[in-house]
Amino acid sequence: MLRTALRNVFAHKARLIMTALAVMLGVAFVSGTLVFGDSVAKSLRDASAANLEDVDVSVQAESEFDPDGGPDVRSTKLSDDVVRQVRGVSGVTSVRAVVNGNATLADQDGRPLNADTSWQNLATNYVPAESGGDRDTRYPLHDGRGPQSRDEIALDHETAERAGYAIGDTVRFATEGPALTAKLVGTVDTDDPRVTAGGSLALFDTATAQRLFLNPGQYDELVVGSGPDSDDHALAGTIDRLLPDGGVKADSGAQLAAEQADEIAQSTKWLTQMLLVFAGIALFVGVFIIANTFTMLIAQRSRETALLRAVGASRRQVVRAVLIEAGVLGLLASAAGFTLGLGIATVLPGLLNASGAGLPEGSLVISTETLLWSVAVGVGVTVLAAWLPSRKAARIAPIEALSTVDQAPAKRGLVVRNTLGGLLTVLGVLLMLYVSAQDGDVDANLPPAMLGSVLTMTGMIVLAPLLSRPLVNLAGALTSRLFGVSGKLAKENALRNPRRTAATASALMIGLTLITGLSVAGASANEAIQKEAVQDLTADYKVSNAAYNGIEPGLTPKVAAVDGVDTAVPVASGSLNVRDSFGTLAGADPRQLGEVADLHFTSGSLDDIGPGKIALSDKLADETGLTAGDTFKGSLDFGDSQTRLTVAGVYEQTRALDDALGVLADVLPHTDDRKLDSILVRASGDAGSDLDQDIREALGNSPLIQVQTRDQLTKAESGEIDTMLNMMYGLLGMAVVIGVLGVINTLAMSVFERTREIGLLRAIGLDDRGVKQMVRLESVVISLFGAALGIGTGIFLAWTGGSLTGGSLTTYETVLPWARLALFLLAGLAIGVLAAIWPARRAARLNTLQAISAQ
Amino acid sequence: MPTHAATAATAATAAQHPTAPSGAHAGTRIGAAARATGLSKVYGEGDTRVVALDSVSLEFGRGRFTAIMGPSGSGKSTLMHCMAGLDTVSEGSARIGDTELASLNDRQLTRLRRDQVGFVFQAFNLLPTLTALENITLPMDIAGRKPDRQWLDTVVATVGLSGRLGHRPSQLSGGQQQRVAVARAIAARPEIIFADEPTGNLDSRSGAEILTFLRDSVQELGQTVVMVTHDPVAASYADRVVFLADGRLIDEVYDPTAEAVLDRMRQFDTDARTS
Repeated sequence: MLRTALRNVFAHKARLIMTALAVMLGVAFVSGTLVFGDSVAKSLRDASAANLEDVDVSVQAESEFDPDGGPDVRSTKLSDDVVRQVRGVSGVTSVRAVVNGNATLADQDGRPLNADTSWQNLATNYVPAESGGDRDTRYPLHDGRGPQSRDEIALDHETAERAGYAIGDTVRFATEGPALTAKLVGTVDTDDPRVTAGGSLALFDTATAQRLFLNPGQYDELVVGSGPDSDDHALAGTIDRLLPDGGVKADSGAQLAAEQADEIAQSTKWLTQMLLVFAGIALFVGVFIIANTFTMLIAQRSRETALLRAVGASRRQVVRAVLIEAGVLGLLASAAGFTLGLGIATVLPGLLNASGAGLPEGSLVISTETLLWSVAVGVGVTVLAAWLPSRKAARIAPIEALSTVDQAPAKRGLVVRNTLGGLLTVLGVLLMLYVSAQDGDVDANLPPAMLGSVLTMTGMIVLAPLLSRPLVNLAGALTSRLFGVSGKLAKENALRNPRRTAATASALMIGLTLITGLSVAGASANEAIQKEAVQDLTADYKVSNAAYNGIEPGLTPKVAAVDGVDTAVPVASGSLNVRDSFGTLAGADPRQLGEVADLHFTSGSLDDIGPGKIALSDKLADETGLTAGDTFKGSLDFGDSQTRLTVAGVYEQTRALDDALGVLADVLPHTDDRKLDSILVRASGDAGSDLDQDIREALGNSPLIQVQTRDQLTKAESGEIDTMLNMMYGLLGMAVVIGVLGVINTLAMSVFERTREIGLLRAIGLDDRGVKQMVRLESVVISLFGAALGIGTGIFLAWTGGSLTGGSLTTYETVLPWARLALFLLAGLAIGVLAAIWPARRAARLNTLQAISAQ
Repeated sequence: MPTHAATAATAATAAQHPTAPSGAHAGTRIGAAARATGLSKVYGEGDTRVVALDSVSLEFGRGRFTAIMGPSGSGKSTLMHCMAGLDTVSEGSARIGDTELASLNDRQLTRLRRDQVGFVFQAFNLLPTLTALENITLPMDIAGRKPDRQWLDTVVATVGLSGRLGHRPSQLSGGQQQRVAVARAIAARPEIIFADEPTGNLDSRSGAEILTFLRDSVQELGQTVVMVTHDPVAASYADRVVFLADGRLIDEVYDPTAEAVLDRMRQFDTDARTS
């Protein structure tokens, strides 16, 4: 029987090709992900090992957690004294004292470089090696020399090039707020992943770095070198005992490397698992194609099978032959898929980096485990998918070998299937409706929402044959009207075998359900975020600090003085802790605030706000039970000091001015460094479009000062969702591609099965165009059916699942991105037309005479 | 013999039919529905070269029922395929009406088959997805023409399918399926109907019915029918039988009986053996 199975695989090469492709793509996705995960983990480990190569022991200043709830504070205990002590420890051969911070650069033309992700803009001190010379071994010089005085700076050479700076130029940069300048004296090379992924590196001499980021005589880290035979673990222990209690700790380089490797493994594991989910979806879609193919193959050679049974093959042997055939197919396709996966793993880091992932690019790591898993998954899925059809083969009676007439396949009832599908769908829908009625708690609602989605989708897949009749009839009515007899035949062909049509459409449906669901949820969240971003805000510009370091209050008059600025309202942002509720407290002049915000008060008004009198948002008022006129004690910082405050009014919550509103004088003293959060600007009627640049220049053109228009504000808030959606589209694209292969597969098989019919049609006068049209329309009808099912299910799931965001996005409402949904439906149409190209050509090229006499 | 009784009965009605031509030899005078002149068909090249038709010249009279007979491999099916525009001609000419088939490209041939030719094959004549009625009107649907309702009713009544028009082929017997095929061929009022062993898969009763319908369509409706068969009884329904052997036209018989046809065929066999 093995020989029969093998012969069958090779005899049906052409008919199995789409199935093999589907398996191959799924396996490629899996193996690509696994290889990618291993490779990234390895290159990250290599990079961190390289970074730690000359670190034998590291002494680090820890960030201290403020028990009162304030921001973390860097320990100040790593001082010059400690450096001297460590240097005195026997076994220590070198100590490099490091200062770390961030500095954002402006380019030659004054525009900020990478201000949106300022945490990637590294800054540190350039420390010449103790062993002599003036070089820092961490950063090999590319050109020039290291910085030596307070007005000198060195940059990594790629950033220097990007910004258009040459040695000797004056570099404009900012570490907190105001713009600073220094002369570029050198460029260096670095392979720090944060820098290579789009950040920048600025180097200062140690004193300057301390002045900018810490205090004179203080450090963040000591990199300790030891002799070649030193026991670094013991040395780390010795040093640790020397260190002042708390805030500073010593670790061996090996220990740090191990910790980092752990962290890296964790983070890449998460990425790999997410990718594997999508690979799983692609493989799941492939199951439908494999099952469809084997069902068709078995139907086509039922007489052959009957003959085998007649000459003595047992049922089990027949089943086994089919499964072996599937196994061989799965093995071959998996081998090809694995190879393709290596290609995917090669290009994936580049693709992800294009969207700012910052992954290192290294050589591929191909483990035996990956190879085995990929092949096992490929073969397993193929054999599993062929199992049900194989049982059909076993049911073929030997007597069928003797019948000379082609019998129409016995119609098996869909009653059981429809009942099961109906049950699943109803359960899923009810569960999703339940989820939609809940609000807030994501953690509690996520599991039922997942279960409900899976149930609903499974139910729809099971019900698809039932649904195919009305929906295909609907589409068919249109094609019949538009394309006459070809359209009618196409409809009838699509209806002929509801199971096959349903399986083909389901393969497309899965991808489109997920894509639609994500699109609707994304569009809704985007809309909500955008609405919230500028809700009730009437200001034209918002001036703020890109690194969240605040704005000097003294800058307000400078902004107000800019030509074209009507009003500049300074806003401070503090905290308010009242009755166990916590909120942000905005501070601004209430009279001015009316010019840049349109708050809706349910009680009281802006005018009622004054010293000691604050307005609460309706949300905070609800939480605390306070109403206008109430007096309460609340904390304005994270300490114990309580302030007596009066509720002046209650307004509808907005994102622009969060939970509570007081006068500037009440809030500013309690903020970090006594800085403003932002300055809201209202432009005068005749202001030009360059006003934002004028404001920026009035503030010294610091690269960290951002002046955002309303559009930019909304985009800044919603941009991430678009990026994520695009990535999801890419990942789900594979599932759709496999779905398309399924349509091609079904059509090719159908054309093959209907050779005689096509011959007859050609004989009685349907020309080649008509035949092509017929196949194409069948394809379109099936694809549209799948698309409609997917889009419908996707919309439903997104609508009912919308409540999951209710807690974090108060203005969330399901928004249907009509243009995009129409695009998906059009894509369904296009998929139909594209998938039909090859099968339709084959059908049209059939020789009429041979086709009529074909068996 | 019941078949002969049927022949006599329909011959009587044919005589009263104003449009039906009478007289067995009148066909050539009225004009040919199709004509082959020096028609040759060669398959393959060199060693594998097979001459299926060797310079055959023949006319199929309009309003006549012609049977083509001959042993397997005699070229009878090839002749039909060439005359029907299903196969290309190697040499000579094949015409339907005044149209030279060799001058037509594939699309024009397809249109010619659609508008001027009707087909009845041995098996698999119908599309399983369409009802009997839809199958009957299929050539007209393809052409985008509206069927002539009255004519359609006549045809359907003639083949006795009135009660089964909504049925799918799988719900019809083999004989009924062939009747639908005949109805489809007649309904479009083609210039000529080609039937390829139309009774080959049927029991003798159903076969006789089909042959009667074909003959009726000639005698009552003025149709032209060309039928390929190897069954002398089937051939006896025709007005004229032409005999083919080795790709050549070797004989013909007018107003044949089954016995006469059988005699001729025995004769050829003996000739072939003795020559």
